[in-house]
Amino acid sequence: MINRTIAPAFKEINQINLIQATPRLLDNKIKLFVVNAGEQELVRIEFIFNNVNWDVNHPLQAFVTNSLLIEGSRTMSSYQISERIDSYGAFIQAEYGFDQSTVTLYTLSKHLDEVLPIVKEILTEAIFPQEELETFVRNQKQKLLISLEKNDIVTKRIFNHALFGDSIYGYIVNADDYDKVDRNELVEYYRAAYQPDNCIIIASGKVDELIAQKINSFFGNNWENTVPATKNSFSFPETKGSLYYTEKPEALQSAIRIGQLSIPRNHVDFPALQFLNTVLGGYFGSRLMANIREEKGYTYGIGSGLVSLQNVGYFLIASEVGADVCTLTLKEIEKEVNLLRTELIPGEEIELVKNYMLGSFMGSLENAFSHADKFKNIYLAGLDYDYYTRYIQTIKHISAPQLLELANKYLDYNSFIIVITGKK
Amino acid sequence: MVNFNRFKLDNGLMVLVHEDPTTPMAVINILYNVGARDENPSKTGFAHLFEHLMFGGSVNIPSYDEPLQRVGGENNAFTSNDITNYYITLPAENLETAFWLESDRMLSLAFSEKSLDVQRNVVSEEFKQRYLNQPYGEVMLKLRPLAYKKHPYMWSTIGKELSHIEEATIEDVKDFFKKHYSPSNAIMVVGGAVTTSEVKILAEKWFGNIHPGEKYVRNLPIEPIQIEERREVFYADVPLDAIYIAFHVPAKTDQGYYEVDLITDMLSRGNSSRLYNNLVKERKLFTDINASLTSSADPGLLIIDGKPVLGVTIEEAELAIWEVLNHFSSEQVAETELNKVKNKIESTMVFAEMSLLDKAMNLAFFEVLGDANDFNKETERYLKISVNDIIQRAKATLTKENSSTLLYLANK
Repeated sequence: MINRTIAPAFKEINQINLIQATPRLLDNKIKLFVVNAGEQELVRIEFIFNNVNWDVNHPLQAFVTNSLLIEGSRTMSSYQISERIDSYGAFIQAEYGFDQSTVTLYTLSKHLDEVLPIVKEILTEAIFPQEELETFVRNQKQKLLISLEKNDIVTKRIFNHALFGDSIYGYIVNADDYDKVDRNELVEYYRAAYQPDNCIIIASGKVDELIAQKINSFFGNNWENTVPATKNSFSFPETKGSLYYTEKPEALQSAIRIGQLSIPRNHVDFPALQFLNTVLGGYFGSRLMANIREEKGYTYGIGSGLVSLQNVGYFLIASEVGADVCTLTLKEIEKEVNLLRTELIPGEEIELVKNYMLGSFMGSLENAFSHADKFKNIYLAGLDYDYYTRYIQTIKHISAPQLLELANKYLDYNSFIIVITGKK
Repeated sequence: MVNFNRFKLDNGLMVLVHEDPTTPMAVINILYNVGARDENPSKTGFAHLFEHLMFGGSVNIPSYDEPLQRVGGENNAFTSNDITNYYITLPAENLETAFWLESDRMLSLAFSEKSLDVQRNVVSEEFKQRYLNQPYGEVMLKLRPLAYKKHPYMWSTIGKELSHIEEATIEDVKDFFKKHYSPSNAIMVVGGAVTTSEVKILAEKWFGNIHPGEKYVRNLPIEPIQIEERREVFYADVPLDAIYIAFHVPAKTDQGYYEVDLITDMLSRGNSSRLYNNLVKERKLFTDINASLTSSADPGLLIIDGKPVLGVTIEEAELAIWEVLNHFSSEQVAETELNKVKNKIESTMVFAEMSLLDKAMNLAFFEVLGDANDFNKETERYLKISVNDIIQRAKATLTKENSSTLLYLANK
């Protein structure tokens, strides 16, 4: 008979193999990065553009421009773009983020010759039809009405504004901001942001030399730079602890979001702070989950995160909890944060989190796309692959006193912005 | 093409192995052939509550999550109306830890009162977070009982009401375990950097001596064919009116399911689809509109959901949806339109092969439906569909008599 009370032996993870992106230059100097891996005859090509020329008087400029890229070009209507892409079984996604706007193509390699010209036209000859803009604005305004009924979204808006003010990260979008969007500002933004100087391309999947050459022949030529643009850059004053409470008398649950400004990925302490974050609220077995969900049953889920933006980061804890236990939950969160600052984390817990993080990192390298994502994380933060070597070393060798020091340096409950929507 | 080997232990546990040497990871996916449809109508939400309890410690191992995290693993689970599915991803070198943990909870749970108390609360909060405290969150709680009058798909996995979860007892938990959580009611898929011979040894070692239990024989009421239109109006504190229309469709194992799936894509996949292009873009009557399938083992639903533009009356909006649907049933469908959705399916299938966990889950689900290899035949089933099949299927499906309409209206 086997003894089921004893865990089988296990091995620590030693070797983690990253497939590195190979850089090359297109004829017009656009940087192309290739992650060539996988068995399937398919590719993902991402065109990434920095957000530029932030102007608080046109807060939706970058977002709406990105959203309307696929809504009409010189020779194709919105319907035709979609129809052609769909008929090749391909996918085009326009995605807007705080720091970058992206256009991503997914396609089977056999259709590249047909779909690349469509993407080229979108990136170089989008026309932003007035009618499409009006439809988009109408739909977005109605979506906003619904979003404002979701406590977690209301909470997030207030939290971001408290940390980042009227910057692109914190600006609170209201319906009249959509009404103010003018077609000309989209055309202007398109010229400034979607040009070769402001673009990088990441191709992943089975990307052989022939495919790389194809990318060059479409995007390395007949695409000229236009006007100089200024990449967005912000700095933020330290925040002081404060409470933002929005009462919803009918709420069954309260949404909670608390946190403070922190460090971005390119800060030397970032990997170690990620470790500390994992202990507190970064995985299923974390202290917040163990205490507030698994011990007390106050919530379906609670987590913490460390978010890296260009030149700044922030730390947050978020949950939706029963309206009657909101205050109790905050007390427990405060207790857990303070524990990290006053007591050493037991060695056994450090071992567990170490192994969990290494396994999770290895598991996140599932396919060519995930390797490309790993590259994107470092490249856009101005880092190179040494970062991952350092990340793994940090996780393997971190100590309890180090974590205590980090907690005192970066986590201060009294400096937290606390946002609650619901009841307390 | 997803290759696999298959063997069965003497106690009835079915094991499938998908060898994928391109990854250093392994996955173990265990599907228990029990879902919300197997629940007692007065104790709904139980299969899902039980899923939570599966993490509350087993007979020899007090904590499930901790030893797994300690070896670099991650896990989760979900419950549907059809099945309960548990999965682990971990470095393949530490595969045995997953066998140890999964076999112990198949052997027996700890049945801790404390765990039941806490998870009752957690699931109640989940009920609030996902269904009660969200705009339009109650849609499926209303639409299912409108569309199903006999079959247990009439309730959602979360249950009919909070009280069913609050009243669950430890005896209920024990009975449910005994009835459904035995080797003969489970399918295990192991995938990744593993070999079939190694999996055989580990499966025998850890699962081989678990008592086979009784094979659960499912005997569910059959939903009678709907013969007249059903309607319900529900007022709630939502900012905008919304329309939901559900149609009965064939089960996932039926070729008709694949026809309906393509119809669903033609209706709403992508900006060039019929509902979106016609109602959002051209006529500007809706801000968003979708069609989706419940993809279930027993006959499921095609559900259309839409939100009209402010100022458009709900009658006008509903009429417009029907115009698009009737057009579908009465006119010729162009070969090019059918090819468009087929190509999309074909590429989606290729992209899906990039995820090890998705492959393992699909193998398990198709195995419980009858044969894991049917997963590999899906593309073929889509490709053989003709224009005429689509028209016939649309005519039979998209009718008033087969529809259940829920108007989810804003309180004035």
